[in-house]
Amino acid sequence: MPAINLSKMTAHDPRVFDLDQLSLRELNQALHNLAPGSNETAWEVLHPKGSHSVAVGVDQPVAIDVRGSVGYYCGGMNSGSTITVHGSAGPGVGENMMSGSITIKGDASQYAGATGRGGLLVIEGNASSRCGISMKGIDIVVHGNIGHMSAFMAQSGNLVVLGDAGDALGDSIYEARLFVRGKVDSLGADCIAKEMRTEHLELLQGLLDRAGVTGVNPSEFKRYGSARTLYNFNIDNADAY
Amino acid sequence: MCGIVGLFLKDKALEPQLGAMLSQMLISLSDRGPDSAGIAIYGAPSKNEAKITIQSAKPERDFRGLEAELARAIGTPVTIAVKSTHAVVRTTPAKIDEARETIQALRPDIRIMGAGDVVEIYKEVGLPEAVVDRFDVRKMTGTHGIGHTRMATESAVTTMGAHPFSTGADQCLVHNGSLSNHNNVRRELIREGMTFETENDTEVAAAYLSSQMAHGKNLGEALEGTLSDLDGFFTFVVGTKNGFGVVRDPIACKPAVMAETDQYVAFGSEYRALTKLPGIDNARVWEPEPATVYFWEH
Repeated sequence: MPAINLSKMTAHDPRVFDLDQLSLRELNQALHNLAPGSNETAWEVLHPKGSHSVAVGVDQPVAIDVRGSVGYYCGGMNSGSTITVHGSAGPGVGENMMSGSITIKGDASQYAGATGRGGLLVIEGNASSRCGISMKGIDIVVHGNIGHMSAFMAQSGNLVVLGDAGDALGDSIYEARLFVRGKVDSLGADCIAKEMRTEHLELLQGLLDRAGVTGVNPSEFKRYGSARTLYNFNIDNADAY
Repeated sequence: MCGIVGLFLKDKALEPQLGAMLSQMLISLSDRGPDSAGIAIYGAPSKNEAKITIQSAKPERDFRGLEAELARAIGTPVTIAVKSTHAVVRTTPAKIDEARETIQALRPDIRIMGAGDVVEIYKEVGLPEAVVDRFDVRKMTGTHGIGHTRMATESAVTTMGAHPFSTGADQCLVHNGSLSNHNNVRRELIREGMTFETENDTEVAAAYLSSQMAHGKNLGEALEGTLSDLDGFFTFVVGTKNGFGVVRDPIACKPAVMAETDQYVAFGSEYRALTKLPGIDNARVWEPEPATVYFWEH
């Protein structure tokens, strides 16, 4: 890591934010104060020490490098910024992301990308349970494995897993597409393996390219999605309620 | 919500710092639970003495003269070291059960926090920092310890409702979560002869483990049993005289992070709790798997 000139770090010149010196609120407020077209497009956050809500709600196309591990909700509601966490992320990274991208160099905890509406979330390590729960348009690429109940009630968007998936993948899934290269411990209710057609291979290649994944062929993946049997009430199931 | 921490030292050189390390870990999680906090520390064993940690809401009244009265009643020397609302009673291991019963007869308002060869337990209503300061936990030495900061859900905010819960010699447990079948399990354990101090769900989990270990299971096997016999949300961190264990329920909603180096194994509800540990940047850091038992023994 390059040496940081501490004397330059004031609230008025905050491209480098050391969270040992300044508060998380000052960081997030400075990011929220960015005007459209600002020249302050490169940000660096030092010593996050597992802090919650680092760089939440950023709505300008800036690049933010976080040097260390973060706690809950890093990059939540991100709209257009490019966030890189050089460490691991706690629960809910990129929750409800709208656009832009978040890359986690380490692992991610529970419900990474939950309810995300757009943008790209890349996890270079593993993600734990409930990855992509209720995703609504986000694209998520996990280099490692994902935990149980991932893509639960996933509505749209794409989840790409280069490793394995835990139990109950895609339970009660709507129209999201799930691509898994390794084994799947079990599929959730109404989630089935589907045919990989040309358009899916092309889509997946595009996702791998955007996530910087090389040396992996889309044909190595299986596609999973909704059997659409839960979309309408089936009178034969009335006794179950 | 609640925040829990645990630290199991492998490197003896760190033992003088156990209290300081564990205190710092717990304080870092203060905003996960402001209601009450507690710490259990496993100190150095001594052949000639066992310990009972006692608590009173009126320590000036209850602890005054107790040392002499207790020694006279059980016919054995006793020392009592008072720390605020708590005190540690030391006597010969052979007399520890008798001492415990006699304390309760002499001073009915005194509550037993825990007993054993090595464990001391301190817990009170208030923030972790206040509890750590009140009992001077930072200066304590030991081999391992666990801590808890509570956001109450299942029972009242009282000293007795704070964690850790201890239901067997040198055994204690902290819990993040809530159990839904604790009344049933409590009834079954009462039928077996276990006694309970509170209506708290976590005390049932602690008593369940004590019962399993009393039936000959080791810590790992006892923790395995929680997965089938306890219903609800839980991340448990458990201490025994020479061991330290962790288990999460199969749904694993309650957060957990672990770190291991050549010097220690550490647990935190969040990574924040681990950031000041020595060598954390090069530690193996991972999220414990759901429905998987982890334990270490000295």
